Amino acid sequence: MSTITSRDDTQKRSFTAAASTYVNERTSLAGFVKELGRKAFPDHWSFLLGEVALFSFVVILITGTFLTFFFQASMAEVHYDGSYVPLKGVEMSVAMASTLDISFDIRGGLFVRQMHHWAALLFVASIGLHMLRIFFTGAFRKPRELNWVIGFTMFILAMGEGFTGYSLPDDLLSGNGLRIIDGLIKGIPVIGTWTSFLLFGGEFPGTAIVGRLYTLHILLLPAILVALIAIHLVFVVVHKHTQYAAPGKTQQNAVGPPILPIYAAKAGGFFFIIFGVLALIASMFTINPIWSYGPYDPSPVSAGTQPDWYIGFADGALRLIPPGWEFVWLDRTWSFNILVPLIAIGIFIVLVVIYPFIEAWVTGDKREHHIADRPRNAPTRTAIGAAGVTFYAGLWAAASSDILATHFSLTMEGVIHALQAVVIIGPFLAYFITKRVCIALQKKDREIVLHGYESGRIVKLPGGEFIEVHQPLDEYDRWRLVSYDAYQPLMIRPNARGKITVGQKLRAGMSRWFFEDRIAPVTRGELEASHSAHH
Amino acid sequence: MAQDDHSGADLAVADSSHAAHEPAVSPGTAIVASDGFQNPGFPPHRPRVTDEDPKREKRASRTVYTLFYLSIVGSVWAVAAYMLFPIESNDVGAVRLNNMFIGLGATLALLGLGFGIVHWGKSIMADVELADERHPIGGSPETQAAAVKVFTDADRESGFTRRSVIRNSLIGALIAFPLPAVVLFRGFAPQDQLPVELLSHTMWAKGTRLTLDPSGVPIKAADITIGSAFHVIPEGLAELEHGRLEEKAKAAVLLMRLEPSELNQAPDRESWSYDGIVAYSKICTHVGCPVALYEQHTHHLLCPCHQSQFDVANHCEVIFGPAKRPLPQLPIAVDDEGYLIAQSDFNEPVGPSFWERS
Repeated sequence: MSTITSRDDTQKRSFTAAASTYVNERTSLAGFVKELGRKAFPDHWSFLLGEVALFSFVVILITGTFLTFFFQASMAEVHYDGSYVPLKGVEMSVAMASTLDISFDIRGGLFVRQMHHWAALLFVASIGLHMLRIFFTGAFRKPRELNWVIGFTMFILAMGEGFTGYSLPDDLLSGNGLRIIDGLIKGIPVIGTWTSFLLFGGEFPGTAIVGRLYTLHILLLPAILVALIAIHLVFVVVHKHTQYAAPGKTQQNAVGPPILPIYAAKAGGFFFIIFGVLALIASMFTINPIWSYGPYDPSPVSAGTQPDWYIGFADGALRLIPPGWEFVWLDRTWSFNILVPLIAIGIFIVLVVIYPFIEAWVTGDKREHHIADRPRNAPTRTAIGAAGVTFYAGLWAAASSDILATHFSLTMEGVIHALQAVVIIGPFLAYFITKRVCIALQKKDREIVLHGYESGRIVKLPGGEFIEVHQPLDEYDRWRLVSYDAYQPLMIRPNARGKITVGQKLRAGMSRWFFEDRIAPVTRGELEASHSAHH
Repeated sequence: MAQDDHSGADLAVADSSHAAHEPAVSPGTAIVASDGFQNPGFPPHRPRVTDEDPKREKRASRTVYTLFYLSIVGSVWAVAAYMLFPIESNDVGAVRLNNMFIGLGATLALLGLGFGIVHWGKSIMADVELADERHPIGGSPETQAAAVKVFTDADRESGFTRRSVIRNSLIGALIAFPLPAVVLFRGFAPQDQLPVELLSHTMWAKGTRLTLDPSGVPIKAADITIGSAFHVIPEGLAELEHGRLEEKAKAAVLLMRLEPSELNQAPDRESWSYDGIVAYSKICTHVGCPVALYEQHTHHLLCPCHQSQFDVANHCEVIFGPAKRPLPQLPIAVDDEGYLIAQSDFNEPVGPSFWERS
């Protein structure tokens, strides 16, 4: 770092050089810049999903800060006296009234509020898509397992942020959402009743919940999220980004444009595009029109109302429980109609979190993996992912069971029974179909590597025989199709004490399940053999 | 470009280093093919149209600065819209215009910037691609050994492992010290309330008149026609100073009148209704939503939250959905003036199930 600063330059130095020297002599940042400024950053459209999440979070922070200056998290009762005539004089909480003021009395307030809400929806959605990308390309493998866990934690926190934020205006829709949370909590054995009383500060709805959620929403959860985002990004720098298999890209390099200037330009520009698209949506499309719902009241409810999309899977899980799953035993109420959805979702979440460790244990592969897989080249993983997506989608669709029934003129019961089948049988079907599709695609890849593309050119041979000319691949295209890891099922071997442990057997069983019907990449020998067979 | 310098030769080096530190790490059950294909190295660089054609490059730069100027126009427009479309007039239409025009200005400002910068990066900035070498995340064996040594030295010098009494008492103290903080959270709920007691009682009592929600007007039995349904609250609820919503969340009732012949009443409950008029708790026994949808010709009640259905003709038994218990029935009668009154409170806790309920 002293090369620039200590040299007594007689030449006139550029402004860039002078400015960076000035800053460096006061911060010692030159080493940092030297290390990071020209880092190569692999590039692919699917890598943008995480950026969408990050940038929508920034938009949420900016718009949310503006909203805090006007929103009042109080459940004290007032008579509304703002500009929205239909609600004039109606008794409501200060929280609701101040949200109406943001919407109707502060210029641009509605715009900021809508942008905040749309950005929150995009935030959770982009995290979900980002995680799917990571999962299906195996980017969670060593050394990135911990970053997977951190990322998933942020997904949960983002949903928590969404739910707490959406409950703040104390309108009819969000109040009913809280009522459902209250009912859920009360159904938990032993601690449920008291937990509900502690959360709501007494009986539901009480006068405390909005203030408490507000503290979570603007202080605790964002602080944790910001900290986790920082760690997440530090890990991205430490690990360097993954890249897709391509000629020249190896496990030992990271290939892409340098951070300064191209990557910074693309990412910085992309931030403004995300911001701009959210602004466009917020200026054109209404979201969460609390003025048409009215203030919270435990008695009325409107049919066909929906929570924000990311809460849907939990709401749907509640709807899919068949009648009668609640028992009195030992003079206590056991609400399995509530426990079963909670436990099922809990198990699903745990499985998602620990999946990287399970796969690492099954393969026993201790190497670092920096080349992202094509989903087809890990058929079992891809099939497991498809099963998980189907399970989630079934629960999610169930949250709209009433709307599905009314829109498509179906019976409510029919929709529920069909979705029960989707949630229970669907994952198995999705698993089976996806695995077969992946293997078929791998076979097609092998075929192309061995025999080339079908060129569509039909040639008549001197003997009268017609053949289609196959165009062989060049080495660059071939590399994309042959450079992946294949695993073989684990052979059980006795350990040092001559025993075969249960763990070993389990691992061997899992390994067989994962890799029994694998398709290995084409080798040079096979390619030569296929050529000589042709001639 | 730069990648040309990095191709062939560098990759060969990378591959040999791959071989050099590969054996240290187990590949598990991965097949390491001996005659797998070799990485062919970077393909030849393909120049962009803006690299080859100065006219195209010029056009790209014109596009970029035009986008930036448009962005400025958008920002100025958003500021102007703030003033041109005020919302002082109690007019929802004005809100819509204010929202839309400020928003569209901001959109233009942001998208102009965004697309301008990205376009600059993609088509004008030098098309450089670099290849960084990756190093094992764990660092060199020496560094790892040094880190281990730091911890073992610290352990030895502090005696953390050796002095087990000190260590264990420390762990005990560390476990105990957050307990007071946890206990403080008891203050989240009022000290003088017993949840089970509160959840078991509502405002309804002997003689409480049934009144309309939300007006609080008492209801005469004679005004209830067959097939109709009313949303009902106890008399005096609307005037409550404190706890109005809490009481309403327990006391909300649905009042319906059926043909007496259509009601299947248990013998011990025949006195709970009046001439085909029945009153049931409106709070769902699943998770507490208001069961607000009444289908007149089937006498079914539907909860819009999770689609539990209750049969009013059969004591509101569950016929579909996740709820288990029937909606509790409010015993009603008619007073001397012909108004509907409650005979008593509900005979069981209303609303969602809770642990202590039996």
